[in-house]
Amino acid sequence: MRDLTQARRGPLLKPGALVKTLPPATRFILRGGPAVRAAAEQALALEVPASPCRAALDGERAALWLGPDEWLLLASEGSAASRAPALSAALQALPHSLVDISHRQIALAVEGPAAETLLAAGCPLDLDARAFPIGMCTRTVLGKAEIVLWRTGTEAFRIEVWRSFAGYLCAFLAEAAHGIG
Amino acid sequence: MLLIQCPYCGERPEPEFVYGGQAHIARPQPSAELSDQEWTNFLYRRNNTRGAHAERWRHTHGCGRFFNALRDTTTDHFLATYKLSEPPPRPPAESAE
Amino acid sequence: MTQGFRTVSGGRIDRARVLRFSFDGHAYAGVAGDTLASALLANGVHLLGRSFKYHRPRGLLAAGSEEPSALVAVRRDAARYTPNLRATQVELYEGLEAHSQNRWPSLALDFGAVNDLLSPFIPAGFYYKTFMWPRRAWRWLYEPRIRAAAGLGRAPTQPDPDRYASRYAHCDVLVVGAGPAGLAAAAAAVGAGARVILCDEQNELGGSLLSDSSRAAPVIDGRPAARWLDDTLADLAARQVTLLPRTTAFGYFPHNLVALNERLTDHLAIPAALAPRERQWQVRAREVVLATGAIERPLVFPGNDRPGIMLAAAARTWLNRYGVLPGTRAVVVTASDAAYEAALDLQQAGLAIAMIAEVRDAVPAGLADLTRAAGIPVLTGATVLGTSGRRRVQAIRLARIRHGAVSEPKTLRCDLVLMSGGFTPSVHLFSQSRGTLAWDDAVQAFLPAVLAERARSAGACRGVFELARVRSDGAAAGAAAAREATAPGREGVCPAGALGRSVAAAAAGSAEELAGARGFAGALPQPQRARGKAFVDWQNDVTTRDLALATREGFRSIEHIKRYTTTGMATDQGKTSNLNALGVVSGTLGKAIPDMGLTTFRMPYTPVTFGSFAGSARGDLFDPVRTTPMHSWAVKNGAVFEDVGLWKRARHFPCPGEDLHRAVNRECLTVRNACGIFDASTLGKIEVVGKDAVTFMNRLYTNAWSSLAVGRCRYGVLLRDDGFVYDDGVVARMAEDRFHVTTTTGGAPRVLALMEDYLQTEWPDLGVWLTSTTEQWAVIAVQGPTARPVLESLVDIDMSAAAMPHMSVAVGHICGVPMRLFRVSFSGELGFEVNVPADFGAAVWEAISEAGQAHGITPYGTETMHVLRAEKGYIIVGQDTDGTVTPEDAGLGWAIGKNKPDFLGKRSLQRPAMTSADRRQLVGLLTVDPATVLDEGAQVMLEPAAPVPTRPIGHVTSSYYSATLGRSIALALIGGGRSRSGQTLYVPMPQGDVPVQVASPVFYDPKGERLNA
Ligand SMILES: [Zn+2]
Repeated sequence: MRDLTQARRGPLLKPGALVKTLPPATRFILRGGPAVRAAAEQALALEVPASPCRAALDGERAALWLGPDEWLLLASEGSAASRAPALSAALQALPHSLVDISHRQIALAVEGPAAETLLAAGCPLDLDARAFPIGMCTRTVLGKAEIVLWRTGTEAFRIEVWRSFAGYLCAFLAEAAHGIG
Repeated sequence: MLLIQCPYCGERPEPEFVYGGQAHIARPQPSAELSDQEWTNFLYRRNNTRGAHAERWRHTHGCGRFFNALRDTTTDHFLATYKLSEPPPRPPAESAE
Repeated sequence: MTQGFRTVSGGRIDRARVLRFSFDGHAYAGVAGDTLASALLANGVHLLGRSFKYHRPRGLLAAGSEEPSALVAVRRDAARYTPNLRATQVELYEGLEAHSQNRWPSLALDFGAVNDLLSPFIPAGFYYKTFMWPRRAWRWLYEPRIRAAAGLGRAPTQPDPDRYASRYAHCDVLVVGAGPAGLAAAAAAVGAGARVILCDEQNELGGSLLSDSSRAAPVIDGRPAARWLDDTLADLAARQVTLLPRTTAFGYFPHNLVALNERLTDHLAIPAALAPRERQWQVRAREVVLATGAIERPLVFPGNDRPGIMLAAAARTWLNRYGVLPGTRAVVVTASDAAYEAALDLQQAGLAIAMIAEVRDAVPAGLADLTRAAGIPVLTGATVLGTSGRRRVQAIRLARIRHGAVSEPKTLRCDLVLMSGGFTPSVHLFSQSRGTLAWDDAVQAFLPAVLAERARSAGACRGVFELARVRSDGAAAGAAAAREATAPGREGVCPAGALGRSVAAAAAGSAEELAGARGFAGALPQPQRARGKAFVDWQNDVTTRDLALATREGFRSIEHIKRYTTTGMATDQGKTSNLNALGVVSGTLGKAIPDMGLTTFRMPYTPVTFGSFAGSARGDLFDPVRTTPMHSWAVKNGAVFEDVGLWKRARHFPCPGEDLHRAVNRECLTVRNACGIFDASTLGKIEVVGKDAVTFMNRLYTNAWSSLAVGRCRYGVLLRDDGFVYDDGVVARMAEDRFHVTTTTGGAPRVLALMEDYLQTEWPDLGVWLTSTTEQWAVIAVQGPTARPVLESLVDIDMSAAAMPHMSVAVGHICGVPMRLFRVSFSGELGFEVNVPADFGAAVWEAISEAGQAHGITPYGTETMHVLRAEKGYIIVGQDTDGTVTPEDAGLGWAIGKNKPDFLGKRSLQRPAMTSADRRQLVGLLTVDPATVLDEGAQVMLEPAAPVPTRPIGHVTSSYYSATLGRSIALALIGGGRSRSGQTLYVPMPQGDVPVQVASPVFYDPKGERLNA
């Protein structure tokens, strides 16, 4: 039997200026109540934010608040596998939902002094660092696509977007790059 | 593009939201016991309010939560937004017709 | 190529940089800093256009965006043609090519001018009255002719090749207008620590300061105004104020959202190749300062529209800003003080002022001294009886009118008439914000009174005219705005508390200031039998007579009069006309202006290009184009795609030489006889997880889910509470507390939203959560009698009929990749759907294709999928249902859990209308001629050749040619359809009524033996 475990192919993307694609990652959507959040935090040894629109980052792993009962757990591919069973075990007794969505979305990085301005071509949020500080994350819209936007640095954002919208999003940002001057 | 105060995320732009119709209409249960007229009223009868209107919104492209809002239909200004679990605040007296 | 009317010095132009341009094919020269209008005036060209209705010769009334008449087209190349630009706003560049409009064959000789002579026959509202009879003539005569004659300018014929940018912006204080009030406001706001954006529609910031003369240059903060302006702009830039020249605030929307249009390249001879032409800003401001100034009012007298008759302030701008003399010998007609400044400036520049005709009974004392010293004669209590001159004013007739009697008439030769009826505060944006205006007796104008938004007005737009007071009003507004925007206790960007606040009163102006600006509204007094048209609205060609006619015909409301006469409509929005129109109607009806109210100002303030609104949302970026993980393979293998919502789906895979029909026939037969592979990744997928998952599913879907064992699937039907079919799909139970729910491709987002709605609002006590997995899984359907051997060699699970019966699901691996394998069929054949994580979709697809070669596999597309399912009578929600179809109607009554206490729509299904026997029911139709394929959407009749009008009893929902059956098949919704089995009905088609026979909707393998193979 053929082995295709190394035959991953992400969407073909042509990111424009200031945008780059990030490597595949392991992703889970965790849903449940406050007890689930606390248990996950303990099992992962990673802050799972209770505050709205906050992301916690620890090395290669991160937990993003998406809603009062919904978190996006992110990890680089290598670091994730070992933790998943521990998480499942820790949550077993609690009503919750844990769903693997590693392939549902891809990640883009938008970086540079003009990052805010570039995103402002299609995102109606106030991205000024006073209103959208480092560590803030939220679902929002960019052009006609839904995204998760996370400010990872003064001039750096990470975008998570469903894979079939990634081509549009890259093209939208490449086009927008012409208009930021 | 209105600005809407999500009770979870704060003030956010309208494109992130989806309107959800009149608020505080609970689905009668068990539905089988309702007369045809009562069921029709539940399905189709809605107020056409001039002034403070209690209505549902969902922060679809945000935290995903439904919540309720009091919006003045003559000005599009929100008098309040509140979680589903909260009772409607009384509209300010001066906004009455 | 001479600029005979250019002054030797002065103005904000660069005489050394000569720019060549053309107007209607004639070559001219202007200089850097010119607009098209100022450059044409410098060349002595005053005839710039023909009026909208009467085709009267028109020149320049104004120097700014309020210009109603001088509308031109600018052409850069075959695709770049912009009509209806105000010549006053077109910045000159080397090689500019402009054309006049609304004339044929030429501006000087315009056949349409016959309308002017016919004008007694085309009064206001003529199109409501004239073309009534005969009715049939509308289609072939009236409408085409009216359409040809209507409209202004010509639309470009090619797609717009330019790029348009868009930007969302946020600030504490947005200042609209960069005149003295706006500059002071911006400086005060940034000084108080606010984030500030300052925009202005002109190419330079400075507003009225740009038109000041050296003769009476104001001094600001001890510096000449021009120096002060430069210093202030440098200071604002240094303090990070976003300065936006060439940027019109054109719309004011709820919650302090102001839309701006920034023109980036229209002023450049050669724009950079990839640079956007315009940028539309959507600015959310905590506080807005409107410093939009005031517009000078024309005077209304017979013949007031000839080229060479213009606003006094405009003439001042031509001279002081552009170094242009707009004539040689002028008569000034005025009811305000400002015109005296213009007269004195122009006289000093060498222009003869023949007379100042003062409408008021006396000249203000200070001005009387100045005019006497300058030797300019003044006629007080004056009116204008008429003007003459064909393409340019040549003379004006002045007189005094006392008690209806004309005295001292005199005719003065002139080539320029300046007029000033005072100033109308520009309240367009304030009115757009839904703020309430109130009549101010002291200013004699409508001023902002009650706020609907967090806005303040400052300066002339609220009746403050004197420069020092304008600046302090602006500074106070800017400081207050900054204070409130950054107040610690402020509840967010847009607190509701702004509503209904009254505007704070401005510091009272001096009596002189108010008297000087107040002016005159309405028509100047005329003798009983006055002749000639006195224009109120230049752009819409509305005269005093039209307004009088409207009141004679019984119109009283100013809103009705506006619509009947068209005054104040269109792109102009009454900038120069609304107060005069009110004045005229007020005089006719004997009703005070404030008692008549004001019409509503609409956005946009000035026209905005479609490109600006479209932004980048055109072509490939109009909407997201969603593709599946196997898309590249399909492209490589010659797929023809169709749009399904935002998705691109392979419709068919033609072999060389095949058309759609032949490809689909081949694909269908291959699936029935061997095996096909189909990309079903676009199906919606929702993971429903939690201890109460089965309870939730029971309440939501019609089916009974408690009996569904782990590892099994069931076809689920979802209704709305109104009882109509909303969506359907296969649901698999992956674990006691976990369901893998599939939805239709188009229904995925709305089904998830519906589920969340009930979960959050009706059943928050249920321990269930939803996660969309639509894009997590690539779905590869393998369908056909040889599907099992194709897959068996690739997977690590037992696929035998015993281990995996029809409607089962298993978890395993395919080529080492994690997989959810469904045994399901939408084709009626033995079938499987392989779900693998999306990034593996392409490789797994290729592996299956390869393995399938030995078993006769073919890729197939959505068209074949449709035919195969129709042969089996499987519905497609949205095609065979339309939101009025119950499960029983669609033949899905079996999918209803009869013993369930409740589910969405259950109660509705018990309503009498939902159980009536004559409801439209899904049936099959077989044409008597098997080669005829019915049109989808065609009506179905009881009788052939039924007389019109008639009532159809149903319609065709799906129709195909079935290669498997060797004939056409169709599905239809027919009234009482299932009781009509075998009946002959008729389907009107272009070739005539086609007889059809009602049949079962299951055309193929009705016992389902192939499914269970
Ligand atoms: Zn929210």
